[in-house]
Amino acid sequence: MALLEVSNLTKIFGGVRAVQNVSFAVDAGIVYSVIGPNGAGKTTLFNLITGIYVPSEGQIRLDGRDIAGVAPHELARFGMARTFQNLQVCMNMTALENVMVGAHLRLDRNLFKGALRFPSIARRDAVLREEAAELMRLVGLEAFIDAHADAMPYGALKRLEIARALAAQPRVLFLDEPAAGLNPKETGEVDILVRKVADSGVTVVLVEHDMKMVMNISDQILVLDYGRKLAEGTAAEVRRNPDVIAAYLGTHQ
Amino acid sequence: MPRSRFTGLIIIAVVLAVLPFLLPNNFYLDLAIRMLINACIVLGLNLLIGFAGQISLGHAGFVGIGAYATAVLTTHYGWSPLAAMLAGALGAGVLAALVARPIFKLKGHYLAMATLGLGIIISIIVRNEAALTGGPDGMPVPALALFSFELSGEKQWYWVVSGILLLSLWASLNLINSPFGRALRALHGSEVASQVVGVDVAKYKLAIFVLSAVFASLMGSVTAHYVGFVTPNVADFFHSIELVTMVVIGGMASIYGSVIGAVLLTALPQALAGFEGWETVAFGAILMFCMIFMPKGLVPTLAAKFGRR
Repeated sequence: MALLEVSNLTKIFGGVRAVQNVSFAVDAGIVYSVIGPNGAGKTTLFNLITGIYVPSEGQIRLDGRDIAGVAPHELARFGMARTFQNLQVCMNMTALENVMVGAHLRLDRNLFKGALRFPSIARRDAVLREEAAELMRLVGLEAFIDAHADAMPYGALKRLEIARALAAQPRVLFLDEPAAGLNPKETGEVDILVRKVADSGVTVVLVEHDMKMVMNISDQILVLDYGRKLAEGTAAEVRRNPDVIAAYLGTHQ
Repeated sequence: MPRSRFTGLIIIAVVLAVLPFLLPNNFYLDLAIRMLINACIVLGLNLLIGFAGQISLGHAGFVGIGAYATAVLTTHYGWSPLAAMLAGALGAGVLAALVARPIFKLKGHYLAMATLGLGIIISIIVRNEAALTGGPDGMPVPALALFSFELSGEKQWYWVVSGILLLSLWASLNLINSPFGRALRALHGSEVASQVVGVDVAKYKLAIFVLSAVFASLMGSVTAHYVGFVTPNVADFFHSIELVTMVVIGGMASIYGSVIGAVLLTALPQALAGFEGWETVAFGAILMFCMIFMPKGLVPTLAAKFGRR
């Protein structure tokens, strides 16, 4: 059975059908990419699956459990994590603290134990600090371990979001344009990072504009156009699909 | 590194220990006590406004609940001060919890308006229930007696209030660096990001609102006992504004800023007394000056200047 199953998903904003009747399935352990021209509904699709929006119609199943319309903080319990296309880093915290927040559900969040600094809380926090630093090294941010988030450049913040998502130890990770705004060298690094994450057993669902990256690392690709599913398949299949060529790469070819 | 977090706390403890021996008379000791009480309330409010990013323009309402619970229950019903204080805190907490869900669906200006309304309602009730509260004239409050020990004189009060402030500072410093506190700051930084890592945002907003309301109420009870008299001004809109101003001037999301803000704004009207009728103008001018040149508040601005965060 697929880890994530989306069937007939539709989202209507006023008169606009941002996502229409989209169905697909993601097997555990793969890199699954969603591509499409601007405004194709990729981010809306992400927001529907991760609970930010409530679907107008359709089902979303994670491990067979219907999760359509479930609040984001509940979804985190089911092993779902994500990053954002427009950065959502907490600028009022340090880089390390941002990553530590990712581990929220794995910690004792009791207010009184925290205020009285119970030894158990202090010990767990010390360990977490190490874990978070390790994650920052993994995503290539060792230079920023002691930095405040608002002192970090854009490319580093994008990777900080990945580190935060990984701190939740998710089973499925949604990356919304992790390479957007990065230079080719940084894109290459994110490319390797995504592969590394997938190889560690985390299912990755990716929205990305960088075609080289998508074609390189994806096991399966879903192509959206005007909110509809245009094609689905491996990189080679999608590249040959005439509809995709027409809609996405341009009709000149 | 975690040690340095408490450096400020140690400095404040030393200052508090030495201060009474340097003050020439009880007038200054009284001023110091009022500063410390304000610092406690402002600290609780800063957790809500500065750290969690949720404004409350009605916080004096909760101070009022504590002050009047103490006054009314001890005077009219013969409750022990401790029981009255806890009843007030419970009342403030329950009220905060009841209004939190609907109120925190709002953001920004709308949240400000809603909390403003809440504070005004409380202050109107206090003013109008004259049979119980003495109305605009206020009412006397008996001394704070715990079991057989009765707290009296500025010296005793000073030590007690100092102890409360130091404990609160310590607990606040712990809290903001605990998993709970990080979740709170994260929902301020990015609500959606905190949600997707599992933070139940509504629950956290409720918890910190209740905590800061309960704390305000407790300090309201303490104030009532210390002053020995309560008037509706304690629950007033202007008092709410004064508390928020202390948070902002001292520094949002700054534990020590809360103390500095409370100390400065409690002292300022006294210091400006020589301006003979122009003190309000001078007061306003100083606030404007602070906001223009130090929009982040005193402590964060100075900390940034001297290279520490």
